Amino acid sequence: MGHPLHQPMDEQYKTTMDADRAPVIEPGHTFATVTEKISAIVLTRPASNGWFLGFGICFMLTMMMLFAIGYLFLKGIGIWGVTIPIGWGFAIVNFVWWIGIGHAGTLISAILLLLRQSWRNSINRFAEAMTLFAVAAAGIFPAIHVGRPWLAYWLFPYPSTMNVWPQFRSPLMWDVFAVSTYATISALFWAMGLIPDLATLRDRSENRWTRMIYGILALGWRGSARHWHRYETAYLLLAGLATPLVLSVHTVVSFDFAIGIVPGWHTTIFPPYFVAGAIYSGFAMVLMLAIPIRKIYGLEDFITERHLQNSAKVMLATGLIVAYGYGIEAFMGWYSGDRYDAFTMWNRLHGPYAISYWSLLICNIFIPQVLWIRKLRTSPVALFFISGVILIGMWLERFIIVVVSLHRDFLTSSWGMYYPTRWDWMTYIGTIGMFLAAMFLFLRLLPAISIFEMRTLLPQAEVKAE
Amino acid sequence: MKRDPIYGMMAEFDTPTGLVEAARRTSHAGYKKIDAYSPFPIEGLAEEVGFHHDEVPLVVLIGGLIGGLTGYLMQYWMAAVDYPLNIGGKPPHSWPAFIVITFEMTILFAGISAVFGMLALNGLPMPYHPVFNVPRFALASKDRFFLIVFSSDKKYDRVETRKFLESLEPRSVSEVPS
Repeated sequence: MGHPLHQPMDEQYKTTMDADRAPVIEPGHTFATVTEKISAIVLTRPASNGWFLGFGICFMLTMMMLFAIGYLFLKGIGIWGVTIPIGWGFAIVNFVWWIGIGHAGTLISAILLLLRQSWRNSINRFAEAMTLFAVAAAGIFPAIHVGRPWLAYWLFPYPSTMNVWPQFRSPLMWDVFAVSTYATISALFWAMGLIPDLATLRDRSENRWTRMIYGILALGWRGSARHWHRYETAYLLLAGLATPLVLSVHTVVSFDFAIGIVPGWHTTIFPPYFVAGAIYSGFAMVLMLAIPIRKIYGLEDFITERHLQNSAKVMLATGLIVAYGYGIEAFMGWYSGDRYDAFTMWNRLHGPYAISYWSLLICNIFIPQVLWIRKLRTSPVALFFISGVILIGMWLERFIIVVVSLHRDFLTSSWGMYYPTRWDWMTYIGTIGMFLAAMFLFLRLLPAISIFEMRTLLPQAEVKAE
Repeated sequence: MKRDPIYGMMAEFDTPTGLVEAARRTSHAGYKKIDAYSPFPIEGLAEEVGFHHDEVPLVVLIGGLIGGLTGYLMQYWMAAVDYPLNIGGKPPHSWPAFIVITFEMTILFAGISAVFGMLALNGLPMPYHPVFNVPRFALASKDRFFLIVFSSDKKYDRVETRKFLESLEPRSVSEVPS
C-alpha cells in the first residue's frame, strides 16, 4: 500500500488484461514516448485550420455573450424574460447547470484519486480544466442577475460605510462562500498538478520565449525527491479536502431551493439528488470533450476504451440516482397529502410546460438506459450523442425546478408564464462559446493530459526490489 | 561568504530502480548531503536521501483550524455582536446556520495552506538552481533519473566521490558548477 499516485500497473489493470476490458494505457510506451506524445501537442504540432475555425466560432460566441451582457448593464434585467412570479429565469438555470458540469472534474481528480482509480490519470487534467471553465461560466450568472451587477461585491463581508453585514442565515450567502471556495480550490488543484509538467515543457521547448514563459510558470521545479514527497502529501491532502468540498457545493446550491417554501423546492431529497445530477451531467461533458480530443490529437493510447466505458458506467449509476430522485418527488407529491405538492406534480405532467418534463424523462432516464449495452458503452460515436442528450436533459431538469415550480405556486391569482428572450439565449449560448474557447486555448497552451502521472502508470515506473 | 565553485557531483541513471538502489548505496557509504531527481514521484526515494519529516500535514492542519475559526468567529461577530439583525425571529447567534460557511472557510484555508505551504517548504519559486547547469539535467523532467552528492558533504572529495558514483554503474557522471 502506498500513495495512490504510485500505482504502476494497479491490481485492476493486471487482472483485467483480458480482451474484455481495455487497458488504461496501451502497451509499448516508455517515459520518453509518453512525454513526447503529450508535449508535442503543445510544442511542435502546428495549429490546424480546424482549430482556428473552432476557436474562431467560439470566440465570436463569447463576443456575443459580452454584447448581451453589455446591453443588460445598459438596460437592466427587463430585457430578460424574468417577471413576477418567475424572478429566477435562465440565469439561475444556467448557473446550476454549469456548476453541476464542473463537478465531474473534481470527482475525477480528487475522489477517484482517493479511491485509487489510476485510470483517472489520463483524464484528470482536462477534466479539471473543464471544471475551472465551467465554474467561470457559472459565476457569470449570479453576478449579472442581481439587477445592479456593479454592486455584486455587496455579497462579500467587507467593512462598508453602511455598517451592515451580509445575512449569514441565508443559503444564498452560503452559496457565495461555497462557490468561491470551490473556484479557488479547483484552480489551485489544477495549477499545482501542472507544475511538474510545465517543467517538462520548459526543458523540452526549443523556442527561447516559450522556454522562458514555461520556466516562470514552472516555478523552478526540478523534481527533487524531497520536493516530490511534499508535493504528493499536499496533493493527497488537497484531494481529501476537495472531496467533501465538491459534495458540499451542489448541496449548498440545492439549499437555495430546498430552504424556500415553494412547492417543488421544499424537499429533503434535493442535496443528494443535486450532487448525483451534477456528476451525471459532468461526466457527459467530459465524454463530449474527450471523444473528439482523443480522436483529433491521436490520444487513443492514453484515453482508451476503458475510460469511455468507466465514464459511461458512472453516468449510468448517477443517472439511476437521479431517476430515483424524480421518483421520490412524484411519490412525495402523492404521499404527503399536500395539495400544493400534488398540484406541482400534476402541473409538471400536464401543465403548460409538460413538454419539458416529458423531454426530461426521455433524455435523463429512458435514453441513457441503452448504456447497459456494452457495445454502446464502448462506441465513441454513440457515447458522444448519449452525452449530448444527457446534457440537454440536465438543463431541462434545472429549468423545471426553477421555472415550472415558480410559475404556479399557492395563489392562482399570481400564476404566470416565462418566455426567455433573445438576450437570455444569447447569454446562455455565449457562455457555451466562452467555455469551449477556453478549452481550445487550453489544448494548445498546456498539456491536456498529466504527463508525470501518466509516467507513473507505466510498468517501468515500478521500483523492483533486488 | 565565498561560494564553493562546485555544487556537487551528479550521476545519471536509466531506471527508477537504478536510482533508488544508488541512493541507498550512497547513503550507506556515509554520504549525508545527497538528493535525487526524477521525472515522477518514486515511493521511498525521499527516505533514501535522508528525508524523514514532512511538515506539510502540520501546515495544512494549522491552516484549516485558522480557517474554521475565522469563518465561525467572523459570522458570530458580524451577526451577533457588531450589528445584530432580527431575521425571522431567529436568535442573533444562530449557530446551525453558520456551519456551512465555517466548513467552506476551513477547506479554503487548508487548501491554500497545502499548496503554498508545499511551495514554501520546497523553497519554490526558485528560477535559478545549480543543477540546471548540467546540460543533461534537462532529461530529469523526461525519462532520466539523477543522484547528486553535494559538495557541502563532509565526505565529499572531487576524485573519491566521482569514483564512488562511477562504481554505481550510472550512465554518466558530471560535476555541477554552482
